[in-house]
Amino acid sequence: MKSKRNALATVHPNATAHAIPADQRRLRLGEGLLYAPSPETTPVKIDREYGLFIDGEFRAPASGKSFVTINPANEKKLARVAEADAADVDRAVKAARRAQEKVWGKMPARERGKYLYRIARLIQEHSRELAVLETMDGGKTIKESRDIDLPLVAAHFFYYAGWADKLDYAFPGRRSRPVGVAGQIIPWNFPLLMAAWKLAPALATGNTCVLKPAETTPLTALHLARILQEADLPPGVVNIVTGAGETGAAFVAHPGVDKIAFTGSTEVGKRIAATLAGTNRKLTLELGGKAANIVFDDAPLEQAVEGIVAGIYFNQGHVCCAGSRLLVQESVYEEVIRRLRDRISTLRVGDPLDKNTDIGAINSKAQLAKIHELVASGVEEGAELVQPRCRLPEAGYWFPPSFFTGVTAAHRIAREEIFGPVLSVMTFRTPEEALERANQTPYGLSAGVWTDKGSKIFKIAAKLRAGVVWANTYNKFDPTAPFGGYKESGFGREGGLHGLLPYVSLN
Amino acid sequence: MNTLPFPRRSVDQVMTEERAAAFTKRSIKADSKLAALKLAISMMDLTTLEGKDTPGKVAHLCRKAVSPAEPRYGVPSCAAVCVYPNMVAAAKAFTKGTPVKVAAVATAFPSGLMPLSVKLEDTRLAVEDGADEIDMVIDRGAFLRGEYRQVFDEIAAVKEACRGAHLKVIFETGELQTYDNVRLAADLAIAAGADFIKTSTGKVSPAATLPVTLVMLEAIRDHFYKTGVRIGMKPAGGIRTAKEALAYLVMLNETLGADWMTPALFRFGASSLANDVLMQIARLVDGRYQSANYFSLP
Repeated sequence: MKSKRNALATVHPNATAHAIPADQRRLRLGEGLLYAPSPETTPVKIDREYGLFIDGEFRAPASGKSFVTINPANEKKLARVAEADAADVDRAVKAARRAQEKVWGKMPARERGKYLYRIARLIQEHSRELAVLETMDGGKTIKESRDIDLPLVAAHFFYYAGWADKLDYAFPGRRSRPVGVAGQIIPWNFPLLMAAWKLAPALATGNTCVLKPAETTPLTALHLARILQEADLPPGVVNIVTGAGETGAAFVAHPGVDKIAFTGSTEVGKRIAATLAGTNRKLTLELGGKAANIVFDDAPLEQAVEGIVAGIYFNQGHVCCAGSRLLVQESVYEEVIRRLRDRISTLRVGDPLDKNTDIGAINSKAQLAKIHELVASGVEEGAELVQPRCRLPEAGYWFPPSFFTGVTAAHRIAREEIFGPVLSVMTFRTPEEALERANQTPYGLSAGVWTDKGSKIFKIAAKLRAGVVWANTYNKFDPTAPFGGYKESGFGREGGLHGLLPYVSLN
Repeated sequence: MNTLPFPRRSVDQVMTEERAAAFTKRSIKADSKLAALKLAISMMDLTTLEGKDTPGKVAHLCRKAVSPAEPRYGVPSCAAVCVYPNMVAAAKAFTKGTPVKVAAVATAFPSGLMPLSVKLEDTRLAVEDGADEIDMVIDRGAFLRGEYRQVFDEIAAVKEACRGAHLKVIFETGELQTYDNVRLAADLAIAAGADFIKTSTGKVSPAATLPVTLVMLEAIRDHFYKTGVRIGMKPAGGIRTAKEALAYLVMLNETLGADWMTPALFRFGASSLANDVLMQIARLVDGRYQSANYFSLP
């Protein structure tokens, strides 16, 4: 995507005198300036090995096992991380139980709030190094980890710190009690942010936590553990156990966990729901999505294209609420596609630590293989793949920003979650048809509506079966806004006042 | 009465401003930065538009435009000097034999609130005195009343009065206020024959901003796709630092591309910007900052 030559030397005659023939009307976007590599240089100290964070200390796992976490942008090893087995999970759950009953649950609510405020402030103080670590371990661009993930992480702690001593006002006329020990399993796409989404409301309401980060992105959660130590959070209030699917399964099976909060794939979510059925343990699931981003012909098209880009290429498309199905009204289809084609040619793919990078590395080899498999199915089923010309780095896992045209509702790429920077474009003719297509999915997490007409926004949004509907914007997050799905996208809400509910029993 | 010869486009404020802000996050360094800063100098319309302007002041400006810095810095001359019509003859004399063009603000600058006949005469006299470029203002009163046809006809009439001189059409976006209005003014001016579209007179705040310029660049892009004709862009007023100028070039690079990165199609209207850019060039070449005293006032 970088131009080899600098066009500065070229002096054009007054071009306005001559019209360029239609077949040569191309914009040489991004070819007029060279952007120098501009790597983020904040140093971050990564240990060679990390233990499990149980009862306020890092400990060697009883299992004696460990695994390696790598930087997906260069496939180099970053650290060795302990792998918790059932015995380790049991220790963590028992520590959490003790802390809940003896310390955290009995603590005056305003004191709990103080801890949360302190954690939020410490996250802000350490935010740059956490952003760098997030980028190294997960592949997301420093631009996003620095400007989006970390500010939101701190904001979530600040927001729920405020609720800690105001729960009587959250649920007027009722008394809330903590659920007990929360087992929280989080994904690899927003590692630290998802930890914040899970921990902050649980702690504010008096619960203690056992958190399991994803196996490809454990490092920021482990560094968060150090921040919790720095904040003098009482031992056992938060325990962080690392591992893969088996560790998670040990969690879900543990009878001492009063509530499971899971964010991840629909497939795993269904298994968890089956395990918990009939146990009287609480469950919230935030699962996959295949969101429709609907562009009407009266939309501000330039900005709609920005929203399409933000919808699908944000975080390499590793976003459960990604706007992965674009529904465009037929009358503006050509214009939207032309703009989108131009726009993706300006996206810079490469070193995630470079401040000029727009699209970072795919999180893991397995995820890259999944994206390739689905893209191949799209091509095979006859859709047209559009990709900009761009050179991808040799080491690491990469996929260029892409979109498919000529997609029909029956294509796999229109039904299955790709979880990568790949958009499926379809058309519609009337608002009714748009709604029908948008809702024609087993998922229901999010959707986008683009129109200049306010009444249309309300009418369409009310009929979309999606937990979050963005109007004339996309992928915007705020701790005050509840987030969660319909149908196979899960149940329960995170964020806002609604995000307190899964963590309280109301009398 | 006021039917437009093109569809009216709406612009969303939030996403426009978000997109514009993204351009400030690109990082340009070393050789690329030096080249970009020199390009910025070559795109500059050095401007003096004060009631107290005299041929003496214009001489300073012209000298600065012809050779902005010591030869060892290899800085090109500026694109043009921009003056009131009474100063055109002096400016032409001082820039004679150089590539620097003379632009005149005409058409009852800066308000535009005079009869069309006066505006046309204003234009003709400036062109007769040798102005290469005419920077006209639209009648914002007429625009905000919805008299789009009048605005269109005035631009077309001034274009004719220019007789080959390049026409830049100033919207005074700080008075139009909404991005919808800016976009409409851009489509209107381009349809009426503008060679360049320009944000501001420099007399009203806010003057040029990144999002306003982005909206205008988008109108230029749509016109290019529709007709194959390249219209130029001139943000003017309010751009004071080299860093801001680089953000505009990044925006240009990613919105219209390399073909627009020439003084023939992009200008900065500014007075104090030049010295900050020159200071940055000197720093890149010499490896250290110099005192502002080493840079002459324009």
